[in-house]
Amino acid sequence: MKDLLKKLVEAFGPAGNESRIRDVIRKEVEGLVDEVTVDAMGNLIAIRRGQGPRVMIAAHMDEIGVIVTHIDDEGFVRFSNMGGISPFMLIGQRVIFDNGTIGAFGMEKLDDMKDLKLNKMFIDIGAKDGASAKEKVSIGDIGAFHREAHFQGDRVIAKSLDNRAGCAVLVQALKELAGREIPNQVYAVFTVQEELGLRGAKTAAYGINPDVGFAVDVTGTGDTPEAPTMAVKLGEGPTIKVKDRVVLTHPRVRRFMTETAEKNGIPYQLEILEGGGTDTGPIHLTREGVPSGAISVPTRYIHTPSEMADMNDMKNAVKLFVAILEAKLDEAIL
Amino acid sequence: MLLKTLTEAFGVSGQEQEVAAILREQVSPYCDKVETDALGNLIAIKNGNEKGPKVMLSAHMDEIGLMVMYIENSGTLRFKPIGGVDPRVLVSKSVYVGKDRVPGVIGAKPIHLQKREEADKPFDIDGLFIDIGAKDKDEAEKLVKPGDGIIFATKYQDIGTSRAKAKAFDDRVGCAVLARLLMMDKQWNFTLQGVFTAQEEVGGRGAQVASYSLEPDIAIAFEGTTASDVPGSKEHLYSTSLGKGPALTHADASFVADPRIVKRLMEVADKNGIPYQMRELTTGGTDAGRIHLVREGIPAVVVSVPTRYIHSPASIIDKCDFENAIKLMAAFLDSIEERGLPF
Amino acid sequence: MATIGLAEFLSSIISEPGASGHEDKVAAVVQKGMSGLFDEARTDALGNLIMLKRGIGRAPHPRVMLAAHMDEIGLMVTKIEDQGCLRVTQIGGIDRRILPGLEVVVHGRRRLPGVVGAKPPHVQDPGEREKSVKWEDLYVDVGLTGDEARELVRVGDIITFAQTPIELQGRFMAGKTMDDRAGVGVLFECLRILRDMRHHADVYCVATVQEEVGVRGAITGAYGIVPDVGIAIDVGFGDQSSVPEYETISMDKGPGIAISPAVHPAVFERLKTIARELEIAHQTDPSPHPGGTDAFAIQVTRGGIPTGLVSIPLRYMHTAVETVCLTDVERAGRLLAEFIVRLDKKYVEGLKCF
Repeated sequence: MKDLLKKLVEAFGPAGNESRIRDVIRKEVEGLVDEVTVDAMGNLIAIRRGQGPRVMIAAHMDEIGVIVTHIDDEGFVRFSNMGGISPFMLIGQRVIFDNGTIGAFGMEKLDDMKDLKLNKMFIDIGAKDGASAKEKVSIGDIGAFHREAHFQGDRVIAKSLDNRAGCAVLVQALKELAGREIPNQVYAVFTVQEELGLRGAKTAAYGINPDVGFAVDVTGTGDTPEAPTMAVKLGEGPTIKVKDRVVLTHPRVRRFMTETAEKNGIPYQLEILEGGGTDTGPIHLTREGVPSGAISVPTRYIHTPSEMADMNDMKNAVKLFVAILEAKLDEAIL
Repeated sequence: MLLKTLTEAFGVSGQEQEVAAILREQVSPYCDKVETDALGNLIAIKNGNEKGPKVMLSAHMDEIGLMVMYIENSGTLRFKPIGGVDPRVLVSKSVYVGKDRVPGVIGAKPIHLQKREEADKPFDIDGLFIDIGAKDKDEAEKLVKPGDGIIFATKYQDIGTSRAKAKAFDDRVGCAVLARLLMMDKQWNFTLQGVFTAQEEVGGRGAQVASYSLEPDIAIAFEGTTASDVPGSKEHLYSTSLGKGPALTHADASFVADPRIVKRLMEVADKNGIPYQMRELTTGGTDAGRIHLVREGIPAVVVSVPTRYIHSPASIIDKCDFENAIKLMAAFLDSIEERGLPF
Repeated sequence: MATIGLAEFLSSIISEPGASGHEDKVAAVVQKGMSGLFDEARTDALGNLIMLKRGIGRAPHPRVMLAAHMDEIGLMVTKIEDQGCLRVTQIGGIDRRILPGLEVVVHGRRRLPGVVGAKPPHVQDPGEREKSVKWEDLYVDVGLTGDEARELVRVGDIITFAQTPIELQGRFMAGKTMDDRAGVGVLFECLRILRDMRHHADVYCVATVQEEVGVRGAITGAYGIVPDVGIAIDVGFGDQSSVPEYETISMDKGPGIAISPAVHPAVFERLKTIARELEIAHQTDPSPHPGGTDAFAIQVTRGGIPTGLVSIPLRYMHTAVETVCLTDVERAGRLLAEFIVRLDKKYVEGLKCF
């Protein structure tokens, strides 16, 4: 799973420009499922047909990034954010664009660092002037952070674990289920533009019209010095979501998930995420409503280029998804 | 003149009937079907080849404004904003209250009676009121009632060499672009769905339900968008500039434009020698934010006429940008007829 | 057949817990209390309780949806401290200043009474009481040690206010969750009146879920029902000292009828006209922003739904002592019943013509 994760986290796919990561994932899932399609928004949908209820599992494949808004005569590139980015996090980072152009982040002179805002920063791609800068990048180009993944013991430090960790879990679960009979039809959806407001999952869920929905994403932790109160730790198992900003997991779905984990001896934690949301939000409000849950991989330093997670949590998340998809979901949830 | 009639019309969010009536009268002779829906969207259809695609063009009829909340015993009116209003633009302006346009003014404490430090703080909206000249509550109640919308009393005026001043260019200038396109004496080989939407300023509500009903294959929203090419603004924060042509959006806070449509628009503009510019800020949202997430997703873009001072009593456009927006869109529609959709 | 009166019905439903996303218990009590007043009931995927009372006469019948939310604001356990105290977060919008010293019920493996801890003046730092207590400093004490608490309570367990119903002077009644169980009381009144009236329309009375966390239940409920007209019944700010008159509607002066972008102008006019003709006390309730009630969600369902909004004046919103006047609830029920008996296909079709 390390190789898979490395491939996914290092792939390019900022929100609004997911074509490269989509191609990477498409190669991984082709052959594991009956059909792979892409919808109008750009969501990648891998379908396992068969009997039983339709289950949608969403893992967003986009990552936070930046968009070029202005190129000045000296060749400096102004930008805005695609997804939640703190300007302080950008200092010292590198950005990469679709064509391989790499830039450094710089900032205007400030008397007080508290005044730092994205519109006081710029990207320097080393261009001599505006004309040569425009040969490399154009207004509207979307870039992502440039960082390699590093594995250390059970832990991994990488950019875009949010949410390539979830993508890896979903791909791996499909691999382990390949060739096995299961009592559900699976729509594995690698969604776009989650970081911009859970957009891809909304249209995908409408099109699929699932009977049951799940999302797999990352969640914060409370296990670092002076962290906010949160009863989630790295390495103690994937989390089963109870609440976040966009969903209150239906008690029946939550009970089914915790019982499945307990029955199969899979460690898990209960998650209340105060400051974020995931694709379960739009999925559960689709059409007449879809019973939905979510599994998350505990991750530190989310929305920085150095996110950290534990491989065991991902492996256990895979086990939990396999167990869920092997259950008769119509009897268990509907 | 369409721009004058439209910008002077009364149409705060949820009370767009007067704007709809003007547009209905203008476009009906040129359309196969014109109807309204449950939110008050005005939908004008020009039929094409039944097998052809459905192209939706939209512009919102509603404007930001105020609503009467309460009539004081003194006959003055308490109000709250409808949509995004900066309270600092309100003081010392004249307004019309209700569809019957009862004139009123938003007064302020004379500077002579203020303490020196008072002027440093903006007026709080809770401290403001509208005076219609009524001598008491009874007299005011004969003229206005709680729930009445309130608009700025600004008149349309041509100013400078090619520019115009009015209230509500956001988005009556978009309505005018759409009306002019529908009024072209022409049918295309695809179905054109012209939608004048309600309630954009309170969250793209009209556009959402209209696009659900119409199920277009592609959607283009016309807007009056921020132009901040003014003193005190840095060039990289202009977003758009007056006179440089209609603006195309890559992304704003509500959506990412479909890159294939943006590319086609650029090609069409270049081929026909029509100036255009890129909208350089990613803040703000439009009807496209709602439209593109309807059902299974609808590829969408926004084409805007740059407008200075939007959401204030008096905004300014360059009429060349307006004419060029129409030219660009006419050429774009022809390109769909010739080459099909860009995807 | 429902034989209980409004006060008894309201009292029974506000005594039940039903924090957003966990409305099954209150739903059962609502359904039982209203039994005999509807023809059939079902619960949808999110937990909305949909009670249908059919109309008479030739089909197709116009479909009207009345929506009142049954969920309530509450707390949720986020962490169990070693001393047995429970750290909490909010479900829905809670003014944290109401919490210190408040009695609550923790819905663990069994119902546990508890209090929100309040620091005595004697151990406070100087100046401490000048500031509101912070969320991270709040906790619920159920009188257990850490180990005992972990046996009975889990992260994610719900906490609701323990307040029992209070009968105040006149016809004023206070308690938790009058927002919006008073609206559910309106559904009860409306169906009681309709029992003795002839109506053509099919009436879908929906006790919705998850309004307090973003009108979520109404989104899926309205999508499934596809009504020709939808009316949300919620609570409005009742007049109270410290709030200016132009922000409120008056207690015991009848329901507010909202004029708002979220309301169809013809539905507003029809409700006003009926109230005026039948001399049902009512008030105009201007609402410039469309959000904050189920009408917000119903209106933009599918291709758009003509919507109305009726508000019960309520004091002290989002506290444990929300106060309403029962006469206002009755007036609103009558107004809606009279609206429904006048509904026909021609009227609802006309709502698309602006």
